[in-house]
Amino acid sequence: MEEFVLMKGNEAIAEAAIRAGTDGYFGYPITPQSEVIEYLAAAKPHERTGMVMLQAESEVAAINMLYGGAGAGKKVMTSSSSPGISLMQEGISYIAGSELPCLIVNVVRGGPGLGTIQPSQSDYFQSTKGGGHGDYNLIVLAPSSVQEMADFVGLGYDLAFKYRNPVMIQTDGALGQMMEKVKFKPQQPRSKKSPDWATTGKTSDRERIIITSLDLDPSRQERFNEKLQVKYRTIVEKEVRYEKIQCDDAEYLFVAYGTSSRICQKSIQMAREEGIKVGLFRPITLWPFPYNEIREMTGQVKGMLSVEMSAGQMVEDVRLAVEAKVKVDHYGRMGGIIPSSEEIVEALKQKIIGG
Amino acid sequence: MAENAITTKELIKKENLVYQKTRLLTDDVMHYCPGCGHGTVHRLIAEIIEEMDIQSEIIGVAPVGCSVLMYNYMNVDMQEAAHGRAPAVATGIKRLLPEKYVFTYQGDGDLAAIGTAETIHACNRGENITMIFINNGIYGMTGGQMAPTTLVGMKSSTTPYGREVSQMGNPLNMTDLVVNLPGTYFVSRQSVHTPGNVRKTKKALKKAFEYQALNKGVCFVEVVSNCPSGWKMTPLESNKWLAENMLPFYPLGDLKVPEE
Amino acid sequence: MTEEIIIAGFGGQGVLSMGKILCYSGVMEGQEVSWMPAYGPEMRGGTANVTVILSDNKISSPILDTFDTAIILNQQSMDKFESAVKPGGLLVYDGNGITRHPERKDINIYRIDAAEEATKMGSTKTFNMIVLGGYLKVKKLYKLESVIKGLKKSLPERYHHMIPVNEKAIHRGLEIIKEVATVN
Repeated sequence: MEEFVLMKGNEAIAEAAIRAGTDGYFGYPITPQSEVIEYLAAAKPHERTGMVMLQAESEVAAINMLYGGAGAGKKVMTSSSSPGISLMQEGISYIAGSELPCLIVNVVRGGPGLGTIQPSQSDYFQSTKGGGHGDYNLIVLAPSSVQEMADFVGLGYDLAFKYRNPVMIQTDGALGQMMEKVKFKPQQPRSKKSPDWATTGKTSDRERIIITSLDLDPSRQERFNEKLQVKYRTIVEKEVRYEKIQCDDAEYLFVAYGTSSRICQKSIQMAREEGIKVGLFRPITLWPFPYNEIREMTGQVKGMLSVEMSAGQMVEDVRLAVEAKVKVDHYGRMGGIIPSSEEIVEALKQKIIGG
Repeated sequence: MAENAITTKELIKKENLVYQKTRLLTDDVMHYCPGCGHGTVHRLIAEIIEEMDIQSEIIGVAPVGCSVLMYNYMNVDMQEAAHGRAPAVATGIKRLLPEKYVFTYQGDGDLAAIGTAETIHACNRGENITMIFINNGIYGMTGGQMAPTTLVGMKSSTTPYGREVSQMGNPLNMTDLVVNLPGTYFVSRQSVHTPGNVRKTKKALKKAFEYQALNKGVCFVEVVSNCPSGWKMTPLESNKWLAENMLPFYPLGDLKVPEE
Repeated sequence: MTEEIIIAGFGGQGVLSMGKILCYSGVMEGQEVSWMPAYGPEMRGGTANVTVILSDNKISSPILDTFDTAIILNQQSMDKFESAVKPGGLLVYDGNGITRHPERKDINIYRIDAAEEATKMGSTKTFNMIVLGGYLKVKKLYKLESVIKGLKKSLPERYHHMIPVNEKAIHRGLEIIKEVATVN
């Protein structure tokens, strides 16, 4: 039991970042994720692994420090919350357009605008449908426990470097602030090797390396975009992740990720006590979205309720997946309110079973 | 042709060689307008990198602006930054590759308007980088709009009757600002409008690269430059105009030199 | 066994750390635990509360509307959480500053005057440990040694010299908690 520690989700991300061999963290404080940078500052990562930690002057600067570090072939990450992530969108687009790996953590809070500091899932569209300009995709991982907050740091880096693509961990204020047991992987050394695409200084044995997303020739820019799309199709094919909970005998389905998926598990207990056979489909990758796997469930269940702390964003993808084969509806709360398990059961009855 | 004129064949003989393009510049034809100062400054940087023999040790950061395609001409590893973000990108590179030389090359819109925060904070933190600031008082790439450094009364496509302070505020003198920050180690303002000034600029730039090895903070060189196209002048007229109008407001010289 | 608890009071009363010690005690005995604070401006002074779940099984929702136990340490929290105790559940409260005492007839109510006791013991900082001791008297969740281990785990090393004082406070809590009403 000794290896388990109690930690907030935000702190677990920070500790996992050190252990994953992160070379550089660049960030700017914002509630409810400031524990990430505070933990790193206190943990003296420079003494532990030589990891660099810098509080930038803004989220705009932070994401561009990531760009520079990523272009130098290093493992770099940042964390922020919704308004800060909005500020980073330009840089994220450049990173995607320059095919650089990095890890971005979004501890989502309610919006729009300055909104609230309470948890929300209203950044789904931003994370999965773009956010910045241009045809690009982030790989988006949605943890639902403190353990996954820690585990997805390493997974995020693996995917980022495998595909040379930015990866986002999309979580929310509740998971960031809550404590659970977590077990960490042992310390991984920082990589001493540089990828062959990194700017490390032009040596005589190779051509100079240019990190850029600019190509003024439209036909070359189109070819580059086509190459990106091929990569994205590979990711869609190979990297879909999800979890099915109590789905074997389910007649109805909750589709939910992150904090909502935790609350839905309690709703399942309550509904089953009343004889309603409901299960949970939990997308772990929000992009690539498990369209096929959700579509397969239409042969089994009579209806699906997408439960989100938003006005209904993921429900659009659930509808796309289901192709109108069964009834799909959405239940959610906004502005930092977390739906209760009771409300969700009631919504299932009214919108899906009774409807 | 005159009787004793030199033929092409004779001209390319080795003993007639008086000047050679540094191998640190690529053979790409530069896109800069005739008479533009960018090409000169590129050449100086390339020569310095060759003289210091640090091609394998240096990473450059290109801006958004006329010199956005700088990486096509410099035979070194480079990253292209978003508009104004070069000091942040350079910070990321230098913090993670502290043993390398890192430089930014930015115009006035990039460094003194959209990227002011990044400029000030990199200079204030004392990042161990070299920042090269090309100030020609206008947005060349987008077609001659007002820059933060556009002089009072100076015409641009967004100040067609001349910059009025009541409307567009004052020109921003970034170099005078950064010289006051504790994180800058060497600050100089030069120009490339005469051969003599080109030589002085090269000296300043060389110091700005050499000092980087000391890890003492930002080495910052402003080059007051021209924009014949944006200013709607011939190259010669623009150099004259620069001397008469730009230099009184942006006087040349070293503003901060390390105590030897 | 699953125990769903809300601990609510003023910031500075040690509400969050009491929750943390309970969680660590659970971890010591191999349980699953979750600790979900209300965060925000509350963190800086006003009211503070934390939802703690201790369970032999995997914990589903860390966020709850009703609780097996409410530990209530000020009047605002009494107003907010008395009604959130499940029928047959437990309400433990400190009488200090309480102007409206609990009124429910379908729950078990215990009172512990921990603030007063902490002053008597000469260390107001042990207040939350007295409450914890009282709670553990009513709900015999853990062996005392697990609680002490939990306490040790949740305190930074520089405060480990405070452990004996806190242990004494837990014992004091065991002694002074009083039954007000029970439904069993």
